[in-house]
Amino acid sequence: MSAAAPVVRLQNVGKAFASVIALDRFDFAVREREFVSLLGPSGCGKSTALRLIAGLAAPTRGAIEWRDGRKPERGALGFVFQEPTLMPWTTVSGNVQLPLKLSGIERAVAAERVGAALAGVGLAEFADAYPRELSGGMKMRVSIARALATTPQLLLMDEPFAALDEITRFRLANDLLRLWQELGKTVVFVTHSVFESVFLSNRIVVMTPRPGRVFAEIPIDAPYPREESFRTSPEYAAFCRRVSQALATAMAEDGA
Amino acid sequence: MSVEPPPPPEPNRRDTALRILLPIVVLALVVLAWELAVRLTNTPAYQVPGPGLVFSTLISDWPILGASLIATLTTTFEALGLAVLGGVALAIMFSQSRLVEYSLYPYAVILQVTPVVAIAPLLLIYLPQAAAVLACAWIVAFFPVLANTTLGLASVDRNLIDLFALFGASRGQVLLHLRLPAALPSMLTGIRIAGGLSLIGAVVAEIAAGSAGAGSGLAYRIAESGYRLMIPRMFAALLLLSLAGIAIFFLLSLLSHLVLRRWHESALSAER
Repeated sequence: MSAAAPVVRLQNVGKAFASVIALDRFDFAVREREFVSLLGPSGCGKSTALRLIAGLAAPTRGAIEWRDGRKPERGALGFVFQEPTLMPWTTVSGNVQLPLKLSGIERAVAAERVGAALAGVGLAEFADAYPRELSGGMKMRVSIARALATTPQLLLMDEPFAALDEITRFRLANDLLRLWQELGKTVVFVTHSVFESVFLSNRIVVMTPRPGRVFAEIPIDAPYPREESFRTSPEYAAFCRRVSQALATAMAEDGA
Repeated sequence: MSVEPPPPPEPNRRDTALRILLPIVVLALVVLAWELAVRLTNTPAYQVPGPGLVFSTLISDWPILGASLIATLTTTFEALGLAVLGGVALAIMFSQSRLVEYSLYPYAVILQVTPVVAIAPLLLIYLPQAAAVLACAWIVAFFPVLANTTLGLASVDRNLIDLFALFGASRGQVLLHLRLPAALPSMLTGIRIAGGLSLIGAVVAEIAAGSAGAGSGLAYRIAESGYRLMIPRMFAALLLLSLAGIAIFFLLSLLSHLVLRRWHESALSAER
């Protein structure tokens, strides 16, 4: 296998539900160690695409091809939902430990990994807190720590910051970029925010309204690490304009 | 990140004091008015005894009433225990197999909607008296446990179910680590309702049984005292039943609070 081969490739994938076609002729490849965003209006099937990759749903047609020829084992994929999706009855560390417990990893090893994952998102001292004692941003950090606990290579994120306020969102975005670089993960990030996707990604896939198809792929060639100052740079503004125009054209083409 | 945990909620002490004090004041006033009314109108004790006489009867008849209280409470708690076991076990079976649920749920409902007073005489024919009383109490108590637990097991966050699937969790793991904890609040609500109902079931069955014996409970004492026109003892037994009901309610509420206090909204609002 060459290193340039995509981690996973969706080929001509379609997904139909009872009454709607969510995805149609969707071609999309994820490359090793990239941060790619799926950008589109709500209902364009971008979340569906993510669920197909995760194996939470099966495509109606087309194929999902993994580099190794088979679906990754459990723990090799991390998934972060739009809501923090924490279990309220257990502590922060209990939540982060869940995937390790389910795969029967030894308690001592698990505790170490939980500690590392929590330290990574800056919540080490909240290990024994219950979710209801945390703010929205902190809950999302726990959710990210849980996704990282199994040290997955591929991290799938479904509009994880959509329910947060802008200031919290900026902070989490900064921390996510730092983690992505430090840990060398591959991230697929679903969002409907042009600004968020430009700040985070090195590639943006703009999707058409339902049924979702790839409309354009826009590389964001700004170097990492991207500091807070990148948000106010003319370069950032130019990328945002390009992506916004692409999104507007995608919306118009479908007559939506 | 510098993030402080939110401060613990400050309980409103004055409000708490009022909530405890006011019912006590009302009780004292009612008892006083009752005593006065009985004395001023010279009502004989076989019609309406004053609270003072009821209380002294309670003390003088304690050997009989106390034994009956224990008999009724034993039945109640045995029925509650079996109702929790049966209700939770059946709810788990329902959650694991839709076929089992479809097959049995209608009969659970029928058992619930048929008045237990009407079932009691039949049970008393086929079962020894103690078993029949227990069965009656169980029949009324088990349904709320079943219904609430079933609801709780079914109302699990869809995303959490997806998450468990993603981590390759087995059915057993989903049940143990997800469905059962998620069902705990509604299960405890069911148990709280069942506590009161098993006392009612026990009382109904005791009255239907109506025969004396070493193990006769409070409801039987009430019926018996009625036949003999021992009205103060009727009141005393009624008072004990009512106190038993209150005690069961508080005990189960406390249990629920202790189990849920760290994480559930209901326990959280009780703290505030």
